[in-house]
Amino acid sequence: MSNRRGKQSIVFPNAPCIVGAAAVGGVKEGQGPQRQWFDFLLEDDIFGEKTWEKAEGKMVKKAIDLALRDGRTTEAQVDLLLGGDLINQLMIANYAARDLQIPFMGLYGACSTMTESLIAGSVFIDGGYAARAVTAASSHYCTAERQFRMPLEHGNQRPPSAQWTATAAGSMVLAGNTSANGDALPGGDIVVTSATIGRVVDPGITDVNEMGAAMAPAAASTLLTHFKDMGTSPADYDVILSGDLGNIGKHILMDLMKKQGCPLAASYNDCGAIMYSSEQDVHSGGSGCGCSASLFAGRVIKEMRQGRIKRALLMSTGALLSTISAGQGESIPGIAHAVVIERKGGQQ
Amino acid sequence: MSKAGESEQKKKQKAKEYEAYAKEFTPKPAYVANGIKAFLTGGAICCAAFALQNWLTGSMQLEEKDAKTWVTVTLICTAQLLTGFGLFDSIAKFAGAGCIVPITGFANAMVSPAIEYKKEGPVLGVGAKLFSVAGPVLVCGIFVSIIAGIIQLFR
Amino acid sequence: MEYVNVFITGGAICLIGQILLDATKLTAPRILVIFVVSGAVLHILGWYEPLVEFGASGATVPLPGFGYSLAKGAMEEAAKSGLLGALTGGVSATAAGIAAAVGFGYLMALIFTPRSIR
Repeated sequence: MSNRRGKQSIVFPNAPCIVGAAAVGGVKEGQGPQRQWFDFLLEDDIFGEKTWEKAEGKMVKKAIDLALRDGRTTEAQVDLLLGGDLINQLMIANYAARDLQIPFMGLYGACSTMTESLIAGSVFIDGGYAARAVTAASSHYCTAERQFRMPLEHGNQRPPSAQWTATAAGSMVLAGNTSANGDALPGGDIVVTSATIGRVVDPGITDVNEMGAAMAPAAASTLLTHFKDMGTSPADYDVILSGDLGNIGKHILMDLMKKQGCPLAASYNDCGAIMYSSEQDVHSGGSGCGCSASLFAGRVIKEMRQGRIKRALLMSTGALLSTISAGQGESIPGIAHAVVIERKGGQQ
Repeated sequence: MSKAGESEQKKKQKAKEYEAYAKEFTPKPAYVANGIKAFLTGGAICCAAFALQNWLTGSMQLEEKDAKTWVTVTLICTAQLLTGFGLFDSIAKFAGAGCIVPITGFANAMVSPAIEYKKEGPVLGVGAKLFSVAGPVLVCGIFVSIIAGIIQLFR
Repeated sequence: MEYVNVFITGGAICLIGQILLDATKLTAPRILVIFVVSGAVLHILGWYEPLVEFGASGATVPLPGFGYSLAKGAMEEAAKSGLLGALTGGVSATAAGIAAAVGFGYLMALIFTPRSIR
């Protein structure tokens, strides 16, 4: 168990590389402040398909395709596809995998899917069980909204704490140092070095419009455990980016961390809080698997390649509610998984 | 048993405390502005209905009862047409309860899930989903009306 | 003057709805149910009729008015034809509205497709 650190963290001595990454965004996302970081933007959220679900499936396939191209990898070279989404029984990921013919394992972590699949993929590669793996996560406003909340055309007002499910998808291509037949792989200089697997924390929030508050304690738990297990502090990271806590959840997390004597500085931000501008009227910010997936795969990886970020702590957060649990008045459990991504070999 | 109940209560207490703590970070809804908008839109819709009713009983010489029914039908169809064009949710975003509480809100609640689930077919998609949000309104309303009738029998 | 009464009554009922929306966690469908049921209950108690006399459309167009019509229809029919009237009265009094909502709604749903951004 030499690769374990503390109770919840693991390190990757063989340093799985992120060789390719791509982000796809919807119309509203393309109008927001993160526009420049998307590799592909939809002109129409239906994406030429008949249903929203098909559109989301096409979007995630587009993200995987672009990530593979970015990593100069072909579909046939990939040993494993890991991914998920928000729709019942992982409908989107399953149907995307049907078309791709890469060995596939679907993962559900609500909006934490991106880091969850990054961790799983890194473990496979580090352990030599796969030479190349692809991770993917997606969400679509129109598929999530009708499953979790109300029909699109239903007239209602969103409360100030509501978050906007991002129409976005992100994908990353992971590669090890040696291929299946022992050849050395080119690798890359962006590597996954460690991770912390989160525990489910339920602060007892029952309102489906207060997801940020429901997830913040889980995020705080994962962050604190990560710093303790790895012997690091917030100052050791150039960027700490949480998934989709939104404006409200972000401030709750910052306050919780301060109370625990581990304040987060200016290096911290939240994908949900930066996905949209305040003029876009999304209330507390963005949410959905695609929110953190697209910003991690789009923005963080690009900024690392540009040399602006050397060490990033990425933590997607998920609200583990289902339509059944919400209907029965159950509280919303939260989860957060953290991954450390580093750029090797100093400045260019 | 009592111990389990106690820890359950503690959990609830903790959840309540956390909810209050989370509230501190949540901006308050614009109570006054929302209230004024709802009042004005709601009043306006009712006045428009009243004007239509007066025109029907006046110029069209309908009986008041029939005029009222026509007004209801007109409001419902207008709201559903606006929903179809994707305008109702924009109006509701502004007016809130001002257009949800009048019969227009009921009409919207019927047609919006039906449009949404169109792809599931004309029977189980549109047919069933017409009632997914508005069904409870009819069920509860009709149920209470039966009780009202029965109460009347004993008066 | 009549219009002022209509406006005030209708506006006030909607204002109550808005307060329920903002201050409680009640979702729109629950609020619809609450309003319809409360209109019916108020009529059983005999308190809604005066409101209708004062506010006319202002009291009948909002959803409590729908509950009021249901209850009123059932009670009138029950007085005329007994238990069977209690069953038929409510629905027959509101049949036109319900049929319009179902029929026109079905048609609308077949014609239109949902849109994404608002």
